[in-house]
Amino acid sequence: MAPILQIKNLRKTYEGGFEALKGVSLDIEEGEIIALLGPNGAGKTTLISTLCGITIPTSGNATVGGFDIQRDFRAARNLIGLVPQEIALEQFETVGNAVRLTRGLFGKRRDDAHIDKVLGQLSLLDKKGVRTMALSGGMKRRVLIAKALSHDPRVLFLDEPTAGVDVSLRKEMWEVVAELKRDGVTIILTTHYLEEAEAIADRIAVINKGEILLVEETDKLMQRLGKKQLIVDLRDPLAEIPAALAGFDLALGAEGRCLIYTYDTQSERTGITRLLSELAATGINLRDLSTRQDSLEEIFVGLVREDAA
Amino acid sequence: MNVIAIWSIYRYEMARFFRTILQSFISPVISTSLYFVVFGTAIGSRIQEVEGVSYGAFIVPGLIMLSVMMQSISNASFAIYFPKFIGTIYEILSAPVNFLEVVVGYVGAAATKSLFIGLVILGTASLFVDLSIAHPLAMLAFLVLTCISFALMGFIIGIWAKNFEQLQLVPMLIVTPLVFLGGAFYSTSMLPPVWQTVTLFNPVVYLISGFRWAFFEQADVPVGLSLLAIAGFTALCLGVIWWIFRSGWRLRD
Ligand SMILES: Nc1ncnc2c1ncn2[C@@H]1O[C@H](COP(=O)(O)OP(=O)(O)OP(=O)(O)O)[C@@H](O)[C@H]1O
Ligand SMILES: [Mg+2]
Repeated sequence: MAPILQIKNLRKTYEGGFEALKGVSLDIEEGEIIALLGPNGAGKTTLISTLCGITIPTSGNATVGGFDIQRDFRAARNLIGLVPQEIALEQFETVGNAVRLTRGLFGKRRDDAHIDKVLGQLSLLDKKGVRTMALSGGMKRRVLIAKALSHDPRVLFLDEPTAGVDVSLRKEMWEVVAELKRDGVTIILTTHYLEEAEAIADRIAVINKGEILLVEETDKLMQRLGKKQLIVDLRDPLAEIPAALAGFDLALGAEGRCLIYTYDTQSERTGITRLLSELAATGINLRDLSTRQDSLEEIFVGLVREDAA
Repeated sequence: MNVIAIWSIYRYEMARFFRTILQSFISPVISTSLYFVVFGTAIGSRIQEVEGVSYGAFIVPGLIMLSVMMQSISNASFAIYFPKFIGTIYEILSAPVNFLEVVVGYVGAAATKSLFIGLVILGTASLFVDLSIAHPLAMLAFLVLTCISFALMGFIIGIWAKNFEQLQLVPMLIVTPLVFLGGAFYSTSMLPPVWQTVTLFNPVVYLISGFRWAFFEQADVPVGLSLLAIAGFTALCLGVIWWIFRSGWRLRD
């Protein structure tokens, strides 16, 4: 099946010449949850805004459900729900009216039963007649989600859905996302936190300075991040790894002065004890031991280097 | 055509109006009464008649036009500036609607409000002076067209404005003088010839003249020309808004 969202070489240069998106390409499959992970100013919001029609791309194109976001903007946008990063609500309007307006804008007939269902899903049903100014920040964010869901979108953009939301509510939000996924909604969310992406996303796209650095299944990325290295400094340099140690994931360091053992912190047995006793058995003298872990940043740096090479 | 979207915007905007319906009703009643006290009594005691119409009645069309133009501009400019200001504009921009649907919704609501106010003023004025309307349908047509065209202009101002000062600037600096110099309270034939020629460059003259013709069958410029002017102005505003939405100017940057 064709991806529900296809982004091809999308670029956005803001007025004033700042290039916020430097040719982003990404395919997103129907029904998956993808997290856009990146630091402040990476271009996450710009990417979402461009796909939703809030800003006009400078070049490149994208399709939603096969519809071009510019040429077939109606058909494309009909499929999309958007929860913006900044809370924007009219203070004097009631929750019910705010949600009703969005549904109407998407050309759907008024349907109070459906709106009640969405509000219920977000624990907002008792707030239906309340003016939005009387809501807490977390509730306001949920109103924005209710608005975005009011017209049954197939693709939902959540721009930092858990910013400023407390821990218990954050879990609740993840629940909502999981439930939407069960209904087959495709979800694109942004976050600064790897843990959040890990908790809910099927895939993670790392974005920085307007470029996607990597897109990987969450499990694989976490495995890569879960790898740790034990560095064994040797008293006497080795020419090669002794045959007795062939069973270990070992590499020989610079000038044979150290052995680098890569292991998985998340597996039950790291193999360190066994390695050390094998080393002693083969008569190799140790000078020092240290460990090292690739952080997300190091993976970025590695990627950028690969790019440059 | 996304008719439901148009209707949703229209209803949402009108709801704001109905929340403050009493204010919307009382303030034109009071201001109209004041105009009659000041203009009708003070000036009217010196100028009894203009071209066979009592001065009190003569100023009614101008008075209605003045309010309707100002109201249309401020209603429509605020209606689109406000969502830009508080950020809810994202909803409009990401909805499956084209520029015409957005405009019909917002401008339609703004024009409805000012039409309401125009009619309230007309009703109030008829309490003070004897009014006979020679061509009621033409009167209504001119009124509605003015509401729409000035609401369109207000819509452009609302998109253009970057702050509240700018929002007030155009109505104050450009529209008020044009209306006051547009024959709202006098016939341009009362001016020296040079100024009569100058006023022909004031678009508001054509609107007020046509509107007054619908009341008293007397006009400063031919009625056909008035209609042409208002149609041209409406088309111009629509063209500008079409360009704004196409280019994204001040909306999608
Ligand atoms: N309207 C604008 N005009 C000019 N530059 C902009 C505009 N909006 C964003 N930018 C710039 O584009 C870059 C990307 O911004 P964007 O909001 O997309 O980042 P982000 O990844 O969403 O960041 P955050 O995590 O802080 O929300 C930033 O450097 C920002 O300054
Ligand atoms: Mg952002």
